[in-house]
Amino acid sequence: MSAIRVIAARELKAYFATPVAFVFIVIFLALSGVFTFYLGGFYERGQADLQPFFGFHPWLYLFLVPAISMRLWAEERKSGSIELLMTLPVSAWDAVVGKFLAAWLFTAVALGLTFPMWITVNYLGEPDNGVIITAYLGSLLMAGAFLAIGSCISAANRNQVVAFIITVVICFIFLLSGFPLVLDFLAGAPQVVTETVAGLSFLTHFNALSKGVIDLRDVMYFLLVIVAWLYATTIALELKKAD
Amino acid sequence: MIKAEGLTKHYGALKAVDGISFKVEPGEVLGFLGPNGAGKTTTMRMFAGFVPPSAGHAEICGYSISTQAREAKSRLGYLPEGAPSYGEMAVGEFLDFIAAIRGLRGSAARNSVEEVIDRLNIRDVVKQKIETLSKGFKRRVGLAQAIIHDPPVLILDEPTDGLDPNQKHEVRQLIADMSANKIIVISTHILEEVDAVCNRAIIIANGRILADETPEALINRSRYHNAVSVKLGRDADMEAIATALGKVSGVAQVETASDGRVVTAFPQADAQILTAIGDLAGAQAWPLEQLQLESGRLDEVFRTITTTEARP
Repeated sequence: MSAIRVIAARELKAYFATPVAFVFIVIFLALSGVFTFYLGGFYERGQADLQPFFGFHPWLYLFLVPAISMRLWAEERKSGSIELLMTLPVSAWDAVVGKFLAAWLFTAVALGLTFPMWITVNYLGEPDNGVIITAYLGSLLMAGAFLAIGSCISAANRNQVVAFIITVVICFIFLLSGFPLVLDFLAGAPQVVTETVAGLSFLTHFNALSKGVIDLRDVMYFLLVIVAWLYATTIALELKKAD
Repeated sequence: MIKAEGLTKHYGALKAVDGISFKVEPGEVLGFLGPNGAGKTTTMRMFAGFVPPSAGHAEICGYSISTQAREAKSRLGYLPEGAPSYGEMAVGEFLDFIAAIRGLRGSAARNSVEEVIDRLNIRDVVKQKIETLSKGFKRRVGLAQAIIHDPPVLILDEPTDGLDPNQKHEVRQLIADMSANKIIVISTHILEEVDAVCNRAIIIANGRILADETPEALINRSRYHNAVSVKLGRDADMEAIATALGKVSGVAQVETASDGRVVTAFPQADAQILTAIGDLAGAQAWPLEQLQLESGRLDEVFRTITTTEARP
C-alpha cells in the first residue's frame, strides 16, 4: 500500500513538473465551457441544472483522457526508467495502481476546477445539488474507466501515438455499444447478446448517474471495468516490460 | 551469496544467455566481460528481476528471483545499463523517492540520502533536474540510487561508462571501499577496470561462460606472460640478435615488431628467460635501449578467448 502511495505521489508531481498538466487543464476547462454554453445551450434551456455540461463529458474524455494515458507506460519504456521501476521491490500491481491513481487524481483536479460552473448554476437558479454531486461522481468514474483502458494499451505499446489511437478506438467502442447504431447491427442476435452489449456501454451507466440516480450497479460497473483493465495492464507489463 | 543455475534466455531462435551457472560469495568483486551482445546485460537483468529467464533459476541471498521477487529485489542494488532515471525530477527528489520506495522513512531516509550524496560527490547538483546533467553526473546519480539502502548485493551494468578518468578512479575507489562485505558484480568492456577492481572475472560470449578465474590467472594465460621484449638502438644487427635470442634456453619463439626495433622472446611454459637474456645482452654488448619483462596482456587473452573458443 505504501509503495502505491509513493509511486502515485511521484507521478502526480511529474505531471506538474512538465507542461502536460497545464495544457491539459486549460484545454479541458476551455472545451467544457464551449460545449456547455454554445453547443449545450446552457442559457437557452432555461433550466437550473448541469445536464448540458455533463452530457458532453464522454466525448470530451474520448480524446483528452487517452492523451494523458498514452504516456503512462510508453514514456517509461522510451526513457528506460521502466527498468529502474520494475527492479525496485514493488509488485507490478503496485506500480500499475500507483500510476493509475496519479492520473485519476489529476483528472479529478481538472474536473474539480470546473466548480465555477456549479457556482454559476447556483447563482442563476436553484438546482438540485444532489444530482450535480452524483453526476460529478459518475463523470469521475467514467474518466477512471477511460484511463484504465488507456493504461493497458500504453503498457502494451512502445509508441505513444499508436497507444493514443488504439485507446480512442477502444473507448469509442465502449461508448457506442449502447447506441442504436450498434444495437441495430445486432438485431438478429439473441436478446441476451443485445442486452449484454448495451450493458457494457459507458453511456448507459453514465447517463443514469448524471441524472442523479445512484444505482450501486452503475458504480460497481465502472469500478469493475477499472480493476479489470488494470489487471490486464499488469499482465501486459509482465509480458512486454523488457521488449 | 548469489547463485545462477542453468540460467537461460531465448529471444525467439536467438539464445541470448545459454545455461549460465555460477556462484558469488561476499567479498568477491566479479567482473563480467564479453563482447557486445554476449549476454552480459541480459544475465544482469535476469538477476534484477527485469527479464524473466526462459529456463534455469537465479537466487539472491537465498531468495528466488522468480518466486520471491520482492525479498530478492530488496537485497539488491541495481544500476541498469545507461543509468536510466526520471529526467524531470531534481536529483534530491529522485533520491528521496528511491529511499521511500525502498522502505526508508524519516531520519533513516534523510541520513541515507545525505550519505550517498556525499559518497558520490553530487551535492552541487542536488537541486538540478536530472535531464540537464552531464553523462558523468547521471551515472553517479544512478550509482547513488543503487547503494542508498546499503544492499548486501550490488549489480552494476557498466558503472564507469561515460565517466572521465578522475571520475572512473572515484567510482573504482567506491567499489573497492564497499567490497569487503558485499557481493559486487560489474559488467564492463574496459579491461583495465577488471584488473583494477575485480578479484574474479567471468568472460562470456554467445551466452556462454568461457572463463571464470582471477584477473591474474587470466593474464597468465597470455602468451606475453613472462615474455621479454628487447628494444635496440638503430645500428643494431636485428637478425643476428633475433637468432641469438632464439637459441637462449627456454625461449619458444621470437618475434620482431613491425618497426624493426623491438624483439620479443616468448618463453616455453613456466620458463624464466629474463636473466639469461640479460646476461646474453651484456656478454654480446647489444646497443640496448630497453629490456622489459612482460606481465601479460588482458586484451590479447580476451581476444583469444572470445574469438576462438566462442565459435560454435
